[in-house]
Amino acid sequence: MKLLDKTLVIAWKDILSEFRTREIISSVLVFAGLVLVIFNFAFSGSRQEMLALAPGILWVTFAFAGVLSLNRSFIQEREENCLEGLMVCPISREAIYLGKMLSSLFFMVIIEAAVLLVFGLLFNVNVITLPMVMLTLLATIGFAAIGTLFSALAVNTRAREMVLPILFFPIVSPVIIAAVNASELMLNGAVWSEMASWIGIIAAFDVIFLTASYLIFGFIVEE
Amino acid sequence: MLSMLLISFYRRIKKYFLIIFGTLLMLAHLYMVFIFVPTDAETGIIQRIFYIHVPLAWIAFFAFFITLIGSIMFLWKRDFKWDRLASASAEIGFLFITLMLISGCIWAKPVWGVWWVWTARLTMSLVLWFIYAAYFIIRAYISEPGQRARFAAVVGIIGFLNIPLVFAAVELWTTQHPGMIIFEGGLTTEMKLTLIVGLVAYTVLYALLLKDRFVLKNFKNELNQMKNLVTGG
Repeated sequence: MKLLDKTLVIAWKDILSEFRTREIISSVLVFAGLVLVIFNFAFSGSRQEMLALAPGILWVTFAFAGVLSLNRSFIQEREENCLEGLMVCPISREAIYLGKMLSSLFFMVIIEAAVLLVFGLLFNVNVITLPMVMLTLLATIGFAAIGTLFSALAVNTRAREMVLPILFFPIVSPVIIAAVNASELMLNGAVWSEMASWIGIIAAFDVIFLTASYLIFGFIVEE
Repeated sequence: MLSMLLISFYRRIKKYFLIIFGTLLMLAHLYMVFIFVPTDAETGIIQRIFYIHVPLAWIAFFAFFITLIGSIMFLWKRDFKWDRLASASAEIGFLFITLMLISGCIWAKPVWGVWWVWTARLTMSLVLWFIYAAYFIIRAYISEPGQRARFAAVVGIIGFLNIPLVFAAVELWTTQHPGMIIFEGGLTTEMKLTLIVGLVAYTVLYALLLKDRFVLKNFKNELNQMKNLVTGG
């Protein structure tokens, strides 16, 4: 089997198990909904004000929901001792990383799609546009790339759930800064060229950390 | 006769050379900061903190660079001395970046009347502060030494790779939301000289601290090995 096939097998395993157990998506969706509702209590205002606050609310929700679902990615493997099973499989560490990354990306995209929908409904701001969806996808690749690496790291430490956000948030801060600013421009109807430098930062982040995590992942899971 | 005396004198002080040299440089730097350098025409006396703030920032970044080197070397060679070097350097870098943030606050207060402004440099340093705080939290949460060193090395590498991206993002962010610029006047020769002496003095201080921390960590490691031998662990 080639690397791609093996990667897809790992990703498919996660997706299949998720559709049987419905552990990650359902609980993270409820969590994301709650975050949105809490934001509504914190900042209820006119439509114009909501439009100004929307990018911040959206990306905080995405980041929180993302870290929650990324945490589960390896905790599940650990709880059932599946990680040992994966390690003895004739599959390279790189394939495991890419597979886990893809499945996390898949879950996060589903969650984010739902958040965008609910957000549009609750806050009466149209956020489902092609540029918004593209931006979300691009930023989520970065989240998943570095999040999968740190999730594997966090699950092997004593504090597990606490370690991932502490590592994840400062590292993804450039993505969050860029995504919030790009969304702000998008919601105000800016053209692509105005957002190019923000998109560039996110794209650079994706490339750098996808490559770095791919190369470094083997050091995290070695026994 | 004189040369003999000089050589024996040199042999005696060789061990302390860096300490003596560093102390002299520090004293000279303090003299330059408070007396030698002219007061900045625009922002006044508070601008003198610049000569301490910038060397602190330089050392913080340099220390994290050494952590990067130590981290890569550990993953490559699997020799724990590299892990000790990386963590010793990160400790000093963390101390210096903390001091740099504090000196930034002290600088901001009289100039703008607030302790904190989201300038590009301060924002970036704050993010770095959090990254290296995470570095130590990770170390504290793992008891197995091999795993601790490996995981810390991963964070040390990823954290450093992130610096240019954080920098690009906050630079762009502060140009789009125009903030305030701390100090942009041209530097006179005296100002440049004071800054250069400061940079050298703090670099010597870093080297001394790093050596001490590194040696201490080596002793600790030896002690642990002996303990394990005695208790049969």
